Amino acid sequence: MSEVIVITSGKGGVGKTTSTANIGTGLALSGSKTVLIDTDIGLRNLDVVMGLENRIVYDLVDVVEGNCRVKQALIKDKRFDGLYLIPAAQTRDKTAVKPEQMIRLCDELREEFDYVLIDCPAGIEQGFRNAIAAADRAIVVTTPEVSAVRDADRIIGLLEANEVRNPKLLINRLRADMVKRGDMMSIDDIIDILAIGLIGVIPDDEKIVVSTNRGEPAICDSKSLAGQAFRNVVRRIKGEEVPFMSFSEDQGFVMKLKKLFGLKAN
Amino acid sequence: MLLDLRKIFGRSKSSKDVAKERLKLVLIHDRANVSPQFLEMLKSEIIKVITNYMDVDESALEIQLTKTRSDDGQSVVPALYANIPIKNIRKSGK
Ligand SMILES: Nc1ncnc2c1ncn2[C@@H]1O[C@H](COP(=O)(O)OP(=O)(O)OP(=O)(O)O)[C@@H](O)[C@H]1O
Ligand SMILES: [Mg+2]
Repeated sequence: MSEVIVITSGKGGVGKTTSTANIGTGLALSGSKTVLIDTDIGLRNLDVVMGLENRIVYDLVDVVEGNCRVKQALIKDKRFDGLYLIPAAQTRDKTAVKPEQMIRLCDELREEFDYVLIDCPAGIEQGFRNAIAAADRAIVVTTPEVSAVRDADRIIGLLEANEVRNPKLLINRLRADMVKRGDMMSIDDIIDILAIGLIGVIPDDEKIVVSTNRGEPAICDSKSLAGQAFRNVVRRIKGEEVPFMSFSEDQGFVMKLKKLFGLKAN
Repeated sequence: MLLDLRKIFGRSKSSKDVAKERLKLVLIHDRANVSPQFLEMLKSEIIKVITNYMDVDESALEIQLTKTRSDDGQSVVPALYANIPIKNIRKSGK
């Protein structure tokens, strides 16, 4: 049985593409045949995050316009067995694809793949409608900030209105130190507000920047905390119950002292 | 005059609590506005219940979501404001 999962957010820059790359790589590493589709037409990015930018011949628009067969547009990631990418077109805009075309394409991909992961563009316009058209499931990415959570709430409402049921939340860029000193909303705060199920929490991690520089997803880095968190997300997607990591790093002596005296720990 | 001890000791509300409070308020408005029918539905349900007890001027009935200070004055909370002109109270209560 294959599944089409859209990774969306509303607000831009919260980590949709990073999450798509990492979760997709993780699914392939766990033995599931996976294809990633970049639907951010005009602002393609998933190819560079994956390190596959030099291999592009055909793109999503070529496929839906019939300029090539689906097979020709699938870029095989040679590093990971069973991982493929269909890149977005760079010189067109979101209106070059229609929701019905996405449904047809995904139906064809379902024959061949266990998972179809769709990287959604920011916003709630045509690009969003294309990205969710064929989705069985949705992962809504947010950061622990007022604007991102607000937009996530809007997206959750729109997903439900479009019959993409039971979306799951992925909280990205959490900083345990800031949560601890009361300067960042906690996991519970966000869940309380959005009232949806959690699929994962990814810490803010420099390694994400390093791995994006290299075009090697952080999920492959056994020392990366974000990589570990993404591995847990992959296991949850495949139906496993995995406890959520606690990001409480060891507290320094000064911090403990401050706490003892009821001062805000900085 | 009341002294705000929390302010004197520099223990103001944490920024995440402020964020949470603001978010809750803004989402109440967002969620109500996502469907323009929301307030209309609410309005017709309220009229349905209230007309069991009194005659109201349905055309002048006004209802909106606003904010108000909480009882302890510490925070802003969402409020449903309804202005329902009454024409007559039914004697039987039914
Ligand atoms: N957990 C993290 N820790 C540190 N940096 C991160 C993390 N997640 C994402 N980033 C950084 O945030 C930036 C935005 O990420 P990304 O491109 O994945 O967001 P996006 O939601 O796809 O953006 P867009 O809406 O433009 O498509 C990137 O520079 C990325 O490296
Ligand atoms: Mg992106």
